[in-house]
Amino acid sequence: MSTIADRLIDDAGIQRGLNRLEQSRIRSIIKGVLASETGARLKTYAETCMRCGLCAKACHYYMSHDGDPSYSPVGKVRQTMWEILKADGDVSKQQLQQFAQIAYTECNLCRRCMHYCPLGIDTAYIISVVRRICHKLGVTPQYIQDTAHSHAATLNQMWVKDDEWIDSLMWQEDEAREEFPTLRIPLEKEGADFMYSVIAPEPKFRTQLIYQAAAIFNAAGLDWTMPATPGWDNSNMAMFSGDAEVMSRVERAHYETAQRLRVKRIVMGECGHAFRAVCDVANRWLGWKVPPVPVVHSVEFFWDLLESGKIRMASKHPGTVTIHDPCNIIRGRGLMDKLRDVVHHICEDVVEMTPNREHNYCCCAGGGVINCGPPFKKVRVIGNKIKAEQLKATGVHTLIAPCHNCHGGLEDIIKHFELDMHIYFLGDIIYKHMERPADAGGGE
Amino acid sequence: MEQLYALAVGPLAWAAAAIFVFGSLYRLVRMYNLAKEKDGQALAYMSWKFGLRSLAHWFTPFGSLGWKENPLETIATFVFHIGLILLPLVVLGHVVLVEQFHGFSWWSPPEMVTDIVAMVVVVCCAFFALRRLMKPEVRFVTSGQDWLVLIIACLPFLTGVLAYHHVGPNLVMTTLHILSGELMLVAIPFTRLSHMLFGLFSRAYTGSEFGGVRHANDW
Repeated sequence: MSTIADRLIDDAGIQRGLNRLEQSRIRSIIKGVLASETGARLKTYAETCMRCGLCAKACHYYMSHDGDPSYSPVGKVRQTMWEILKADGDVSKQQLQQFAQIAYTECNLCRRCMHYCPLGIDTAYIISVVRRICHKLGVTPQYIQDTAHSHAATLNQMWVKDDEWIDSLMWQEDEAREEFPTLRIPLEKEGADFMYSVIAPEPKFRTQLIYQAAAIFNAAGLDWTMPATPGWDNSNMAMFSGDAEVMSRVERAHYETAQRLRVKRIVMGECGHAFRAVCDVANRWLGWKVPPVPVVHSVEFFWDLLESGKIRMASKHPGTVTIHDPCNIIRGRGLMDKLRDVVHHICEDVVEMTPNREHNYCCCAGGGVINCGPPFKKVRVIGNKIKAEQLKATGVHTLIAPCHNCHGGLEDIIKHFELDMHIYFLGDIIYKHMERPADAGGGE
Repeated sequence: MEQLYALAVGPLAWAAAAIFVFGSLYRLVRMYNLAKEKDGQALAYMSWKFGLRSLAHWFTPFGSLGWKENPLETIATFVFHIGLILLPLVVLGHVVLVEQFHGFSWWSPPEMVTDIVAMVVVVCCAFFALRRLMKPEVRFVTSGQDWLVLIIACLPFLTGVLAYHHVGPNLVMTTLHILSGELMLVAIPFTRLSHMLFGLFSRAYTGSEFGGVRHANDW
């Protein structure tokens, strides 16, 4: 049987961390994390897992590697947390490298396995604790660590400078006014109905998404604003690198920005992991049971605009589409019905892939895996053959995925397995096919 | 051997019952205190409604994705656990024993039925053992304790069947049967068999998180 030791990949960040690390520190740091940050949950999971292996079939990595047990959820926990507990934290550097590779690159924290475990053991939680340990030991993949550093330094993921952010918004406003002469991207408007927040890749290289969102809000005649200060980025890679301190700084800044602007709620773009950070994870670290400002994902927001008639479709997207359910907003927030309603509003015909809704297969990019960068690209592409098969079985050439990470991951899968599919965000289609304000130009 | 038998049905039985009850309470209270100290956010999300909803689905055969995709395991798991918990409570031998010592009794199914159920429980154990040996995803994660608890769970039923059918010296087999039953009671709070105590809570917590925070089903 193969194990993680048979497939180790060189990563500059992990290696540098290991080189710097003194053996004596390993045990004290691991024991510190276990004693101060874990309790009844981890203890219960470790003790009651019956090692029945029922979770194996849940995992896309396991399914894609023809049933290799070292990729099953419990197999991955056995090779990481059970080893740590068995050795009471006294593990070697070699083992640490294995733990880091499994925790950061072979688990998307997608939680599909919780539909398979009779005891409800949360593998994603266990793997997150392994990541936390790796982070505290400084053994993190270079690329994801870089994004975490960016969060620490700039409060956004992509080293976007303060003036570049404002500049990008003004640029998009300028561009959009060719098409919608009265369009504004309101900055720092206190008391607006909502603050629109995005992830840093949008100003960095997907600026058309900001353009489209502005066009949609303009067409719906909404009272909105964007902040001109750090706190605009809702993404959070520190959450996935195990850096809970930076994670919570980012999230606190996000909420405090919304509170400073006195908006009624935060509306966010089509992102999955950011939604997880904002609604589920970072608020806990900050001690907030529910976020202090209501957060609405764009799937819910579009649903509301379409159902209330604030946005009407002039035409529908022609042909047949299929829907990818992103883990973080479906298993993470139950938006599957609203997602389907929106897609049926804007597309002519839908073919469901199976399994779907809460039982969907992950894109294999989420959970910070795609952010571990090029050294691990193959891990996530080959590791999701099952998704390629699932997509192919629909016989459809258009895929809707309301999540940035899913886009990145699925694009790579589609390319590698030569699937001849095209992926859209909901915003792409709404922008293209909605009824435009009377003064608007002709569109594309 | 008769002395051992007397010890097994007398003081050891009381001791085993006491260790099971008080050991379980001790573990539950300790775990709850640990949760209060370290898992405050988990306790905050605990919900009766969503916890029980999740348990209801998982206590229904084929009521969850995991059960549906593993049909053989599902049948074996349900049959095994129902047999394991109900059989000792109603089997005639036990009811008679209670009547003999304490003067009260209750309904008991025909002995042929309980005999078959006991054999089925043993067969289920054999099935679990075979899975551990044959299925790579199970073998990969199996350790010594998994075998230990499987044997502990199987022994009372195996010895019970053998004693009932008078295989081997009757007194020896009966004594072994009693001792192995007591061993299981004692083992529940302190081995992986503690999933009997904690499994309800871990599943209910997952149900609470999925229902209350994530607004999604967890089955």
